[in-house]
Amino acid sequence: MIRLTGAYRDYTMGTQTVHALNGVDLEVAQGEYLAITGPSGSGKSTLLHIIGLLDRLSQGGYELDGQDVTHLTDDKLARVRRETIGFVFQFFHLVPRLSAAANVELPLTLAGMVVAERRERVSAALESFSLADRADHRPDQLSGGQRQRVAIARAMVTKPAILLADEPTGNLDRNAGSEVVHILEELNRDGLTLLMVTHDPELSARARRQIRVIDGAIAKDHRGGPR
Amino acid sequence: MRGADILGYTGSSIVGYHARSLLLLFAMAIGVASVILLTTLGEGARRYVTGEFSALGTHLLIVLPGRSETTGGSPPLFGETPRDLSLDDALSLKRIRQIRRIVPIAVGSAPVSWQSRERESMVLGTTANFLAVRHLRMAQGRFLPNMDPHRSAPVCVLGPRVRKELFGSQSALGQWLRIGDRRFRVIGTLGSEGRSIGVDLQDVVVIPVASAQTLFNSPSLFRILAEARTAADIPAAKAAISRAIRDRHEGEDDVTVITQDAVIATFDRIFNALTFTVGGIAAISLAVAGILIMNVMLVAVSQRTAEIGLLKALGATEYRILLLFLTEAGLLSLAGAAIGLGLGTGAAWVVGQIYPALPMTPPSWAVFAAVGTALSVGLVFGVLPARRAAALDPVAALARR
Repeated sequence: MIRLTGAYRDYTMGTQTVHALNGVDLEVAQGEYLAITGPSGSGKSTLLHIIGLLDRLSQGGYELDGQDVTHLTDDKLARVRRETIGFVFQFFHLVPRLSAAANVELPLTLAGMVVAERRERVSAALESFSLADRADHRPDQLSGGQRQRVAIARAMVTKPAILLADEPTGNLDRNAGSEVVHILEELNRDGLTLLMVTHDPELSARARRQIRVIDGAIAKDHRGGPR
Repeated sequence: MRGADILGYTGSSIVGYHARSLLLLFAMAIGVASVILLTTLGEGARRYVTGEFSALGTHLLIVLPGRSETTGGSPPLFGETPRDLSLDDALSLKRIRQIRRIVPIAVGSAPVSWQSRERESMVLGTTANFLAVRHLRMAQGRFLPNMDPHRSAPVCVLGPRVRKELFGSQSALGQWLRIGDRRFRVIGTLGSEGRSIGVDLQDVVVIPVASAQTLFNSPSLFRILAEARTAADIPAAKAAISRAIRDRHEGEDDVTVITQDAVIATFDRIFNALTFTVGGIAAISLAVAGILIMNVMLVAVSQRTAEIGLLKALGATEYRILLLFLTEAGLLSLAGAAIGLGLGTGAAWVVGQIYPALPMTPPSWAVFAAVGTALSVGLVFGVLPARRAAALDPVAALARR
């Protein structure tokens, strides 16, 4: 499903070139549950952004669902993102002036879906993340856990094959965090490919496969499974 | 993304950041309002002035003593002394076939008194034809009698303001008043519509031309008005007048004949240029509003970096984001233009109420120009911020919190 071969991502900082990704080879099959860990600045977020097509490789190849996406145009990349990839962020990234429902609707709106179908999908998504009674609330009227659930609903409303989560519990208390993780794992059980960047060793241990990124390279690739 | 959704989304950000939006609307509205108001004023002044000249009469030719152009003439040693226009000059023009009526005008200023009240007033000496040529109406009584222009008569007609100041609410008809050192009987008062460039007929006392010449002890005329029979006769009449006066003035071309059409056309051109100038100056404020739009939209882009990153992550193309921000700038300019249009026409209406003589209708070209300029300024100055937004790196944009 995801295949990175000899992936490099270089940044120029002043006169120095930094290799955020330094020759990564990675294959992820459909339905996998993968935790990406590593120290700060190790390149784990860069890896996630590359996989999410928010960033481009400096060198190497990326194949997604059998399609070479390394050199796609901006328009095509946007389309692939819209149709196959969902994002969940540490800071939720909800649009503050829009209601929960409107936030969830946003990717469908961007895709140009007709209003009736949009409404149907949005209310179904809000329902399945038990947010139906919060549909008209703005983000600042929601708790952290609720906000992240809205963000997950927004990521899932387009029915993507892959969900990329960047520290999804990093900004939540323990209860809300474990609730969010359970929701994500539930989605994974239904066949969603789940990639999660995390600092939390307890969280990463729950994943069936853990990779550890150090200095832009995969230092450890462990297929364990939940304890 | 559907058109309605684009509008809805930009609408939500316009409402969401209302302080910023209000500021932009305000700047745009002021720009558009000033363009509308100033062009309306210019246009109003133009229509006022040309209207005044048309009110002077129809097919009018005006003969002035003196020559404004030099066509050779006498040697500098003798100098050039323009001959005065005399009453006989005026009467001689009656023989010209293309001319229907001739009105000699002598003007001076003299104290006018009745009982204990006295005021300095403009005294206009003319003949009975004056009323018809100038399209005036009487408020009361009669105008000057139709008689030999060489004869004096102790009768006068008052402008409405003179009548009011001297007589108040009392009847002026039949009263004897004193002009300079002579006595005149009031035989009529003028209606209040007589107001035009040069002479304000509200403030004059009209007496027979020969009386005015004795009063001011001068045989010269201020000017001669000649009314041509038709508009087509005007050029021929003009040539005939010049010829007739030259013959009488021993071959000297020492009068100027101006036609009313030429005067109107000149004023038309002057005021059009003036309107464009003030409109152009006002348009500068639109450009300033445009720069403000750019400034505020740039701030909006950095304020909403995370949101732009999110839109990209959710599958918005660069073009889509460009379009969203351009739509926002366009909508704001359009709304500002609409408000400005209302403000400008409102202000023009108020000015029209204060100065009823000025026709204060915004010219339609100015309305289109102002709104069009506002919209294009908003879009042009919106391009840079929108492109900056579109070009944002989504990773960096999302990293911001």
